[in-house]
Amino acid sequence: MTEALLAALIDRTAATIAAEAEALTGLDQAIGDGDHGLNLRRGFEAIAAERARLSAMAPADALHQAGMLLVMKVGGASGPLYGSLLMGMAKAAKAGGDLPAQLAEGVAQVQKRGKSDAGAKTMLDVLIPVLATLQTQAGRPRPELIRAIRQTADDAREATKPMLATRGRASFLGERSIGHYDPGATSSQLLIHAVCDVLAEQP
Amino acid sequence: MKKLINQPGQVLHEALAGFGAAHADLVTVHGEPVFVTRATPARPGKVALISGGGSGHEPMHAGFVGLGMLDAACPGQVFTSPTPDQMLAAAQAVEQGGGVLFIVKNYAGDVMNFEMAAEMLEGAQATVLTNDDVAVEDSTYTTGRRGVAGTVIVEKIVGAAAEAGADLSACQALGERVNRQTRSMGVALTSCTVPEAGRPTFEIGAAEMEMGVGIHGEPGRKRVPLMPAGEIAAEMIAAIANDLGAAAGSEVLLLVNGFGGTPAMELYLMYDAARRQLAERGLEVARSLVGNYCTSLDMAGCSLTVTVLDDELRRHWDAPVHTAALRW
Repeated sequence: MTEALLAALIDRTAATIAAEAEALTGLDQAIGDGDHGLNLRRGFEAIAAERARLSAMAPADALHQAGMLLVMKVGGASGPLYGSLLMGMAKAAKAGGDLPAQLAEGVAQVQKRGKSDAGAKTMLDVLIPVLATLQTQAGRPRPELIRAIRQTADDAREATKPMLATRGRASFLGERSIGHYDPGATSSQLLIHAVCDVLAEQP
Repeated sequence: MKKLINQPGQVLHEALAGFGAAHADLVTVHGEPVFVTRATPARPGKVALISGGGSGHEPMHAGFVGLGMLDAACPGQVFTSPTPDQMLAAAQAVEQGGGVLFIVKNYAGDVMNFEMAAEMLEGAQATVLTNDDVAVEDSTYTTGRRGVAGTVIVEKIVGAAAEAGADLSACQALGERVNRQTRSMGVALTSCTVPEAGRPTFEIGAAEMEMGVGIHGEPGRKRVPLMPAGEIAAEMIAAIANDLGAAAGSEVLLLVNGFGGTPAMELYLMYDAARRQLAERGLEVARSLVGNYCTSLDMAGCSLTVTVLDDELRRHWDAPVHTAALRW
């Protein structure tokens, strides 16, 4: 991975979260505690502030450091969860794993930290289907693979709307959580879009 | 949004600066990472009690730092758990050789951040999770009950025990016991408004109330038409007492906690109503606390908390405490 690609990923993810922070907070006000967008924006601003230092690192180290920044700057549930995702990916990258292996380890760390799995109306309901698409369709030409991943993220996010939340603060609502998009699943979808867009522009 | 603030992003920083200056005899406010410690450290060997959580619940938790209660508090952003670096720095600052006890309200974010701090911290440590809110169902399929105003009672009683020389495992066991003997429920008449969000967290009609509301303005059991205070207290005490299952003749502590936007007059009126309801069940209110202790910014409404007392708990409750928000 080149320095320019790392810098582009940092720029695009931070810009996406900045642009969508209010909308994410709106979703969280409906079924959570109304801080998801604000918290993620603080974390991604911290990563963007370290852009030069992070993008000069080896990808595994940059992922680890970005994860630590999220853990230390965000708080709430999203800090430890997104931090664990990036640090898990870093661990697999350090061990020589390819992208599917990295995402698999990242998702495993989110499951462990959040003591959760698919179907609880959380970010895992986007991450797990995206991982499956990446693992099963890794051999396809890059533009097709990127399109498939974007579509999976969209469909998976849509599928959180009728779900009953059983983890996180929305779980306290019980039946009243049904009919709302999950804020964490939505931020995961947005971040996957941002990464796909950057990768699609690569020569 | 109408608030006494400068910039929404500076509210926490400026409020902590004021808190530290107003109570400089009791506390020291540390920055980057942010945490609050006693101005005078505890004696060597005492178990260090550390709590923390999102801001917006003032005086919880920084208002309870001082003799007989907490050694340190870690304030997060408004309604957002603090981060592990705050907890680590606080633990390293106040550890006196007796180990560290974290008192954590049961929310996914708080639990995860304190877990990460605990994994990074060397030395003896333990955690007490509070989950006193009866409004939301406890189920193995959910995160479990929320920790609310009962946390104040856990911090006071365990704080007194630690001051009296109880060791780490005794403090943890006592904290878990107080939590088991404590139940709370809240009601909201209006929403709260998070400064950085700029708009109310939830919509509520002029003649409605949210029964079982959480301390972040999260919905509770149901949205119903406003009722007279006596009927509200009756419903809340019924929910609490049924869950608590205390035998008639038990002595209890009754805390009527304001959410930030309710006059003291109404809190005392609710206290009167709640006390009658407890008396009807044969529960005698032996200790009381009325005021704003675990707030939800500017939300109007209150919570009721009942703790079943025994000799040990009553003795620790009565022991001296000297903090910004509680002192006797």
